Amino acid sequence: MRAKPHFAFFDEGSKKEIRRATLKAVAIPGYQVPFASREMPIARGWGTGGLQLTLSLIGKTDVLKVIDQGADESVNAVSIKKLVQETTGVQTTDQTEEADLIQSRHRIPETPMTKDQILVLQVPMPEPLRPVEAREYMTKRMHSEDDYSGAWLMLFEQIVKYGKTATAADHPVYVNGRYVMAPSPIPRFDNPRMHQSEALILLGAGREKKIYAVPPFTNVESLAFEDYPFAVESFKGKECQLCGSAHVFLDELIDQKTGEPVYQCNDTSYCMEQLNSREKVEVESSYA
Amino acid sequence: MHEEPILKVRNLRKQFGPGCSQCTNLDSNRLEKNYCTVCGTVYAVRDVSLDVYPGEILGIVGESGSGKSTLMQCLYFDTDVSSGEAYINTPVLAGFNVFDLSSQQKRSIRNHDYGMVYQNPVHGLKMNFSSVGNIAEKLIAAGNRNVGNMETTSKRLLDNVHIPLHRMKEEPRNFSGGMQQRVQIAKALSNNPPILFLDEVTTGLDLSVQANVLDLIKRIQRELGISMIVVSHDLAVIRMLADRTIVMLNGEIIEQGLTDQVLEDPQHAYTQQLVYSLL
Repeated sequence: MRAKPHFAFFDEGSKKEIRRATLKAVAIPGYQVPFASREMPIARGWGTGGLQLTLSLIGKTDVLKVIDQGADESVNAVSIKKLVQETTGVQTTDQTEEADLIQSRHRIPETPMTKDQILVLQVPMPEPLRPVEAREYMTKRMHSEDDYSGAWLMLFEQIVKYGKTATAADHPVYVNGRYVMAPSPIPRFDNPRMHQSEALILLGAGREKKIYAVPPFTNVESLAFEDYPFAVESFKGKECQLCGSAHVFLDELIDQKTGEPVYQCNDTSYCMEQLNSREKVEVESSYA
Repeated sequence: MHEEPILKVRNLRKQFGPGCSQCTNLDSNRLEKNYCTVCGTVYAVRDVSLDVYPGEILGIVGESGSGKSTLMQCLYFDTDVSSGEAYINTPVLAGFNVFDLSSQQKRSIRNHDYGMVYQNPVHGLKMNFSSVGNIAEKLIAAGNRNVGNMETTSKRLLDNVHIPLHRMKEEPRNFSGGMQQRVQIAKALSNNPPILFLDEVTTGLDLSVQANVLDLIKRIQRELGISMIVVSHDLAVIRMLADRTIVMLNGEIIEQGLTDQVLEDPQHAYTQQLVYSLL
């Protein structure tokens, strides 16, 4: 006999504890709140932090969307969606506008999010100072003393060695002018989209047992030197081969036949939406 | 002529252990060397008071375990003091006992007003960051956010301490001990601190490198007028560098005066022994 799982997998006590940590995180923007990360049916490092946030927040009427590196159909996203659906019975969707709760790994959806939505990001490495200081009690002290020379030093080293900041993803940000935060491995392209975001952004690191948050309408500033201003990835003159969108984050693929690089929307549901809306226009015009 | 000391230390005490009724009144008779035989509390630094004047080099000598390094660590806020006061004579800090300030303020003093050169470069440098980066770290901590500016300053400093510029992007772990020490000195000097601490900087270096480093320190003092506290157990180093000298034994100052005076005409039995042991 199979026991019926509790709603949203967790017992109520666990949800309460995670929500309490979340509230604290929202109250102190960018501050990493430690929490008792639960054992999950997926392995740590596969999105358990995000999953725990999702499960503790989700209600019966909510609609869930899960993305993995911009894709709704990747194995990890589908598995997480299934787990949440089986234990809660909530509806899932691919459409950013329809979702109440969006759990994501490595991307912020292209469609702008609203104040009624919550974005949950999965975080492998919540500590932006870890590469310079291995000891947790030291990094905690550095945060408390507002000593972020280490985070700046890493960028300085990259500039000295490569002539530019070489952070492909996870470029550190100042939140609300106080805490330096790892924005999770989102591309630099998504950093400015955290700034004054309408939606609440929650970040969960299951393996590192930390929850932190960017409340709505909070200043998020990427670290940058005066003479090396922050720059997002540039896709100038390139557009999606499927939907033709420019000004979005594009993946570079190699065309197997020609060997030439081609570009495609990283956010699959956004791309699909563009295609559908175009098709709709085509259909309407051809019938008319 | 009347001069105000740039660094004034009064009754600095550092003890390891809670102390007991036998030793809390600090009656030296009850202590064996610097620890209490009853409760085992170590009195590493006992009621040390000293003044450092602008542009002078103050030498501190003493045997191993006499409290020299602990004193330096206390002054540089690497460890907390048990009691005592220190005043730094800068416009912002005048009148404040710096030991009472918050850790954030202490960090700001370290970043702006202090430079430190440790005996072991591992403590003062980040071994897996480039030499330029190491120097920039101190500049960044002091609020500099301009890469070009910091690179220029770092290059000038590395040139000053005779590090070949083609190696400036290399990590200090690839350097010899003497080179590491010179990078550390460059780092300590990067934002022209009024006070520089040198803890056994030449210990473990061979003689020619030692001479190089000493030359450098002497030149820095002459050209930049930086006040320094030099800790060493090597009397030759002290004789060459220091204007005034303090002799420490078991956590206490037992003798102080002009360096020549202390070395030529030692008064305390221990100092006499120390001076006459010099080969």
